[in-house]
Amino acid sequence: MGKATTSARNGTFLGRLTGSKNGLGLIFMLPAATFLLCFLTYPLGLGVWLGFTDTRIGRAGEFIGLENYIWLLDDPVFRLSVFNTILYTSVASVLKFGLGLWLALLLNEKLPMKSLFRAIILLPWVVPTVLSALAFWWIFDSQFSIISWILMKWGWIDTPINFLGDPTNARAAVIAANVWRGIPFVAISLLAGLQTIPASLNEAAALDGATSWQRFRRITLPLLTPIIAVVMTFSVLFTFTDFQLIYVLTRGGPVNATHLMATLSFQRAIPGGQLGEGAAIAVAMIPFLLAAILFSFFGLQRRKWQQGGAD
Amino acid sequence: MSDPKAAASDDIVGMEQFNSLQRRIFIVYLPLAVFVFVLLFPFYWMAITAIKPDNQLTNYEEYSPFWVVGPTLEHIKYLFFETSYPGWLWNTMLVATASTVIALAASVFAAYAIERVRFTGARVTGLLIFLAYLVPPSILFIPLAFIVFQVGIFDTRLALILTYPTFLIPFCTWLLMGYFRTIPFELEESALVDGATRWQILTRVILPLAVPGLISAGIFAFTLSWNEFIYALTFISSSENKTVPVGVLTELVRGDIYEWGALMAGALFGSLPVVILYSFFVDYYVSSMTGAVKE
Repeated sequence: MGKATTSARNGTFLGRLTGSKNGLGLIFMLPAATFLLCFLTYPLGLGVWLGFTDTRIGRAGEFIGLENYIWLLDDPVFRLSVFNTILYTSVASVLKFGLGLWLALLLNEKLPMKSLFRAIILLPWVVPTVLSALAFWWIFDSQFSIISWILMKWGWIDTPINFLGDPTNARAAVIAANVWRGIPFVAISLLAGLQTIPASLNEAAALDGATSWQRFRRITLPLLTPIIAVVMTFSVLFTFTDFQLIYVLTRGGPVNATHLMATLSFQRAIPGGQLGEGAAIAVAMIPFLLAAILFSFFGLQRRKWQQGGAD
Repeated sequence: MSDPKAAASDDIVGMEQFNSLQRRIFIVYLPLAVFVFVLLFPFYWMAITAIKPDNQLTNYEEYSPFWVVGPTLEHIKYLFFETSYPGWLWNTMLVATASTVIALAASVFAAYAIERVRFTGARVTGLLIFLAYLVPPSILFIPLAFIVFQVGIFDTRLALILTYPTFLIPFCTWLLMGYFRTIPFELEESALVDGATRWQILTRVILPLAVPGLISAGIFAFTLSWNEFIYALTFISSSENKTVPVGVLTELVRGDIYEWGALMAGALFGSLPVVILYSFFVDYYVSSMTGAVKE
């Protein structure tokens, strides 16, 4: 259809513009392209290059091949950080998905002041992560945590919980804070998807005697799958490369139990001065990200195919 | 109303409503209330800590931790008059505004070129822009720090103004492409017939129609740059150039005794500008967030 109109137009007034089309496109793309080439593509390439060098802060590096990566493979802290990143991403993503979908279904019900609910639920996503993480830092304080105080008041525990000082607790605490921040994004995005599902489908199924679980399982979920795929890819991507929360709450401690690849890369490169090694850690994240992007790509493809699109 | 039959039928309806209401309380309202409580509690805790006098701050036995007796402005006064906080606020405002304006301007042209000028390779460019959106700052900050240092803008606000558009432009372009797609071709064609140039079409026809898209993209971009942390942490070292998130974390947290009151006041006032902006444009914000996902 697009082809037909284009060729029809080419014969008339647009024909004159066709010659300068590419020139015009180039001029219009120039500002954005300059920024992205200088500050995104070039640094991306430079990062890969730095990963192959022994650059330090204030000293130009030399090409050392795969030495950084070989060294990192033997480094228990790096291996722990890969494990932590995968654990953090998978647990947080599953929780965000489950709770986010639940919240989206609740918000899709008939409610008074629905838009107000939607607005306040998004707040954790809007507020700067570092600043809300500071609030969590105070909530997770080892002595004066309000959670510990309430649990002690109820008689469930005897001493304050050492939230950020114990490896297991610290992992749970940072995951909880990440889930808290991520739920709104998942919930509101899925809500937008839920609202595109025609009510008539559910009504027809209800008339045929389908239970609410059957309606959810056979109608809502299949129709929501494409959006779930995209939302969760974004969520996984952002969780995997998370830096802020960890940096505020634990800085990777205790005993590196919460060090993610991003925080380890920062620690080695900036305070540690080993730019080359830090860059290598950052580059090591790329295969995981590519896997997530490919997943997203096939999710999108499937949607187009489902909608009967030729593309 | 006085008809007994009507009253009886009203009763039946009332009973039914009561039953379903009870059910709804358990499966809808109660979980929703728990969600809202958990999602908002940290903000309440932040706000109440910011106005608690020091002696009540950790004395949970004598003073209820959830309430404050005789609120104080001491922490806020300390924050604004004895630290560099006002400067950080100003820096954040400046950096966020400048990078948003740059990103929006560049994105409008790029999105228009990709969607409407349709130069050779426009589709591939669109896909590349989307891929650029997926490149996270945490793998770019080391080489960017290297570049920023070599260009000689290390520890300046300019470094942030120039680097923030790298994550804003892909997002804004992607969003605006979606908006431009909804504007009918016929409008442009008739303008072309009337002898309008491409520039006139863009500024007189397309942009006025894309205002909601521009607002969505602008709000979202402003919030993203306000919240940015890793670049600001890496590229800025002197106190007078810091942004709020970096300043609060690196300068208000010192030693072993945390000044929770001032820290929470800093977090509160650093969040307020985006929250206020957000509260005015909730719908635009939501549409830009979901729009980026749905495209």
